Amino acid sequence: MIIAIPKETAPGEARVAATPASVKRLQALGFDVAVERGAGEAANFPDAEYEQAGAKICDSAKDCLSDTGIVLKVQAPDDGELDLVPSGATLVAFLKPAQSGELLQKFADRNINALAVESIPRISRAQKMDALSSMANIAGYRAVIEAAHNFGRFFTGQITAAGKIPPAKVLVIGAGVAGLSAIGTAKSMGAIVRAFDTRAEVREQVESMGAEFLTVEIEEEGSGGGGYAKQMSKEFIDAEMALFREQAKEVDIVITTALIPGKPAPKLWLADMVDTMAEGSVVVDLAAEMGGNCDYTVADERVVKSGVTILGYTNLPSRAATQSSTLYATNLCHLLTDLTPEKDGQIDINFDDEAIRGATVVKEGEITWPPPAPKISAAPPQKKPEPQIEVEPAPEKKTTPLQYVAFWSVAGALLLALGKSAPADFVAHFTVFVLSIFIGWQVIWNVSHSLHTPLMSVTNAISGIVILGALLQVGATGSFLVTLLAFVAVLFASINIFGGFFVTHRMLKMFRR
Amino acid sequence: MNSVISMAYLFSAVMFILSLGGLSSHETARRGNAYGIVGMAVAIIATIAGIASGAYLLVGIAMAVGAVVGLHLARKVEMTAMPQLVALLHSFVGLAAVLIGWGGYLDPRVNLEGAAHIVHNSEIYIGVFIGAITLTGSIVAFGKLQGLISGKPLMLPARHWLNLIAILACVVLGAQFIPAEVGSATIINLLVMTSIALLLGIHLIAAIGGADMPVVISMLNSYSGWAAAATGFMLSNDLLIVTGALVGSSGAILSYIMCRGMNRSFVSVILGGFGSDGGEVAADGEVEGEAVATTYDELADDLKNAGSIVIVPGFGMAVAHAQQAVSDLTDKLRKAGKTVRFGIHPVAGRLPGHMNVLLAEANVPYDIVLEMEEINEDFPETDLVLVIGANDTVNPDAVEKPGSPIAGMPVLEVWKAGKVVVLKRSMASGYAGVANPLFYKENSRMLFGDAKDSLQTVLGKLTPA
Repeated sequence: MIIAIPKETAPGEARVAATPASVKRLQALGFDVAVERGAGEAANFPDAEYEQAGAKICDSAKDCLSDTGIVLKVQAPDDGELDLVPSGATLVAFLKPAQSGELLQKFADRNINALAVESIPRISRAQKMDALSSMANIAGYRAVIEAAHNFGRFFTGQITAAGKIPPAKVLVIGAGVAGLSAIGTAKSMGAIVRAFDTRAEVREQVESMGAEFLTVEIEEEGSGGGGYAKQMSKEFIDAEMALFREQAKEVDIVITTALIPGKPAPKLWLADMVDTMAEGSVVVDLAAEMGGNCDYTVADERVVKSGVTILGYTNLPSRAATQSSTLYATNLCHLLTDLTPEKDGQIDINFDDEAIRGATVVKEGEITWPPPAPKISAAPPQKKPEPQIEVEPAPEKKTTPLQYVAFWSVAGALLLALGKSAPADFVAHFTVFVLSIFIGWQVIWNVSHSLHTPLMSVTNAISGIVILGALLQVGATGSFLVTLLAFVAVLFASINIFGGFFVTHRMLKMFRR
Repeated sequence: MNSVISMAYLFSAVMFILSLGGLSSHETARRGNAYGIVGMAVAIIATIAGIASGAYLLVGIAMAVGAVVGLHLARKVEMTAMPQLVALLHSFVGLAAVLIGWGGYLDPRVNLEGAAHIVHNSEIYIGVFIGAITLTGSIVAFGKLQGLISGKPLMLPARHWLNLIAILACVVLGAQFIPAEVGSATIINLLVMTSIALLLGIHLIAAIGGADMPVVISMLNSYSGWAAAATGFMLSNDLLIVTGALVGSSGAILSYIMCRGMNRSFVSVILGGFGSDGGEVAADGEVEGEAVATTYDELADDLKNAGSIVIVPGFGMAVAHAQQAVSDLTDKLRKAGKTVRFGIHPVAGRLPGHMNVLLAEANVPYDIVLEMEEINEDFPETDLVLVIGANDTVNPDAVEKPGSPIAGMPVLEVWKAGKVVVLKRSMASGYAGVANPLFYKENSRMLFGDAKDSLQTVLGKLTPA
C-alpha cells in the first residue's frame, strides 16, 4: 500500500505529515511512501532527504495521490485535494470533526475512511500517538517565544551595572499540555510564573514545573473527563474574574489556553483587565481559533489595545514547523503501527482498539463520529478524602521494662541451670562462645555494604579453621578410619582456607577509587 | 607447650577479629585480609607443631592438594560466578565439620564419664547435624546458582510436615544417642541422623527460589560458622569456638540485612518462594497502559542530553556479563562531564554485595557506587536512570500499592527521575511474579534485548560524535 504525503495547501501551514526519519519507519511497516515535491520544504526537510530515505518524489499532488491507499496530512483537505484522493483510501489529518460535519459527509459519500488525530482518546495507551498533545506542547512553547518577541523587556531579573532589571511576571490560564509547556518555557527563561486552572488535580503538575498555583476560595471540581475542563458555575466564575482583575494589575504577560470541547472558548481575560495591564504587556491567546479567551482577540492577528499587544495566532505549531513536523510524524508512525499489526503494509481499522475507534470519524461510507466517550480521568472523586496512599507504619513493638526483666530473668535462670549441670570446662568454653558472638555482632555491623561479598569469602576462609580439629585427629588416634576421615577433612578445609583468602585478595584488589 | 599453643590461638583469634573489622572500609579491607591470613598461618603452624603423632606427611599431602585445588578455584572463578564459589566453600566447611564430628565420635582416646560424656556427645551430635545440613544445603544452592538444578522452588506436598518430622526424628535419635555409652549400638543413631540431616539440607534449600539466594547463602554462611563452633566445643578448642561464633554471627547479620532488603521475614524466606501460597500473585497483576519501546539512537541521544545519570544494575547485568560494557559507558559519560552514579539495592544479584564486586571487577570506581539509602533521595534531581536487568527492586508498587505482594519492600525510586530507560530481555515479571508498573509510566522507555549487546551498540553510537 502506498502512503501519500501531499504538500499542505492551507495558507501559512508550514508543517508536513512525514519526515525523512518517519518515512523510514513507515517503510519498515511494509508501506511505500510517495512525497509531493516540496512537501517538507517549509519545515526544512528537503526533497533529497526524503528520496534518500527511500520515498518516491512526485511532481504534483495529482501524481502523489493517484493510487494511494493512505493519505497523511496535517490540515483537513480542501475540495480540490479531496477530489484527487481515490475512493476506498484512508486519510489521516487534523479534521476538527466537531465543526466539520459537511466534510465528514463528503468523506462518507466518496467512501474515504477518515481518521481525525485530535479525536484519539486521551488514554495512557494512546499517548504515543496523541498529536494534539504534541502540538499543544509546541504551541505553549511558541506562545512564550512570541510573547517574548513582542515584550520589550527581559524575562529574567538581573542586577547589572546599568541598574536593576525586574523579572517579568507571567500568568498562564489553563494548565493543560500547552499551559504546562508555556509554564516550563517561561520559567526556564527566568520569569516569575503563576498559573490558574479550574481543575484542582493539576496543582501538583503546575507546582512541579516551578509555577505558583492560583486558586479561588470556592470548592468546585472542574474536571470534565478526558483531560478537559467543564463549564463552571456562576459563583465560581465571579470569583475567578475577581482573581484575574487582581492579577491584571501585576502581570506583564498573559497566556490563555482555556478550551472546552465542542464549545466556544470561555471569555476569561475581559476588556477591562487588558485595560488595567501596564503598557507594553502581552496577551497570547491560544484559544483564538475557538473565539478566543480574551475579548480583544482577533484570530490570526496581532492587535494592540490600550498599549497591550494581543496575539491571536491560531497556528503556533506551524511557526516551529521542523519540531512540530517531527513530533507529528512520529505520532502518525505510532498510529500506523497500531493500524498495521501484521507489519505487512495493509491497514486494519479495528474498532476493538479503543484508540483507533476514537480516531476514526468515517469508515466505509459511514460517519462514526462522535465515538463513545472515554471514561478515564485522573481526578479523584469529589467529596472523598484523599485515598490514604501511605501505609500506616505498623505499631512499634514496644518492649516494656517488665518484659526486659522477664527476658533476662529467664536467660539468667537458664545460664544458672546450665552452670549447675555442665562441667567447668564446658562453662569456660561457653563463656568464650557467647562473648565471641557479641564481638562478631559489633564488628560485622560496621562492614561496608559494598564489601559484603569479600566478607562472605573471607569468612569462608576463616571458617576453614575447622582444619585444626582435623589436624589434631590425623594419625593421633591409632584408628585408621578416624585418620582417613581427618585426612579428607584437612583437604577440604585447606581448599577453603587457600581458596577463600586468595579470592578475597583478588576481589579487594579490584576495588579502586 | 600447651600454654604456648593457647597463646598462639589467642593471637589468631585477635587477628580474625581485626580481619573482619578491616572490612569496614575499602582502605583497610586489604589489610584485613592480610590479618586473616596471618591468623590462619599462626594457628595452623602452632597446631602442627603441637602434633605428637608425627603424621606430618599425611597433613602435608592433604594441605598441598587442598591448596592447589583452592588456589585454582579462586584464580579461575569469574566474578559473576562468585555466588557459586561461596556456596561451594560453605559446603566444604559443612563436610569438614561432619567428618571431624565422626572422627571425634570414633576417637578411641576419648573416655569421659557422667556429665562430661553427655556434653561431649551432644556436641558431636549437634556439630554433625549442622554440618550435614550445611553440606547438602550448600551443594543444592551451588547447583541452583550454577544452573545445574532449576532455580524454581521445589514444592513437595506437605513439605513443612516433612521438615518437622525430620527434625523430630533427629531429636528422638539424639535423646537415645547422647546418654548412651560409646561403642554400643547407638552408632546407628548417629548414622541415621546424619542421613536425615543430609536429606533435610537438600530439601530445605531446594524449596527456596533463585532470587532468595542472597538470604540462603548468608544463612548457610552462618550455619557453617555454627558448625565450626560446635566442632570447637567438641574438641574443647577456643579458637574454633571464637571463629565459629564470628562467622556465625556474620552470616546471621547478612541474612538479616538481606531479609530487610526484601521486607520479608527470615521465616518466610526459609519456608519457600514468593507467592507460593498462590492467589496473591495474580491479584493486581493488571497494569493500565502500554510500555513504550525505545531505540539505540534515542537512548544515545538521551545519554548525550542528560547531565546526571544513575545506573541501577540487577541480576540481569550479571547474567548478560554486561559489567564491562557498563563500565565503558560510565567512563565515556564521565569523560563527557556528566555525573554518573550507581544505585545498588541490598538484594541485587545472588550474593550480598554481588553488584559491587562485579562493578569493581570492571573498574568502576567504588566511590560512585552508592547504596539504596544514599541515592534514593537524589532521584528527583536525576535526568536519566538506566535500569539494567533489575525488576522487583525498582517496582513502584512496593511503595504505592499497599495490597501488592511486595508492598513495604524498600525499592530504588527510579520513577522519580526525569526519564527511566529499562534494559530488559522481555516484559516478563521479576522473581516476585508481580507486574512492574514502572514499565508503563509515562517517563519510562524499554530497550529490549541482551544488556551487553544493547550497551555496546549505544556506546558505538556515542563514539563517533
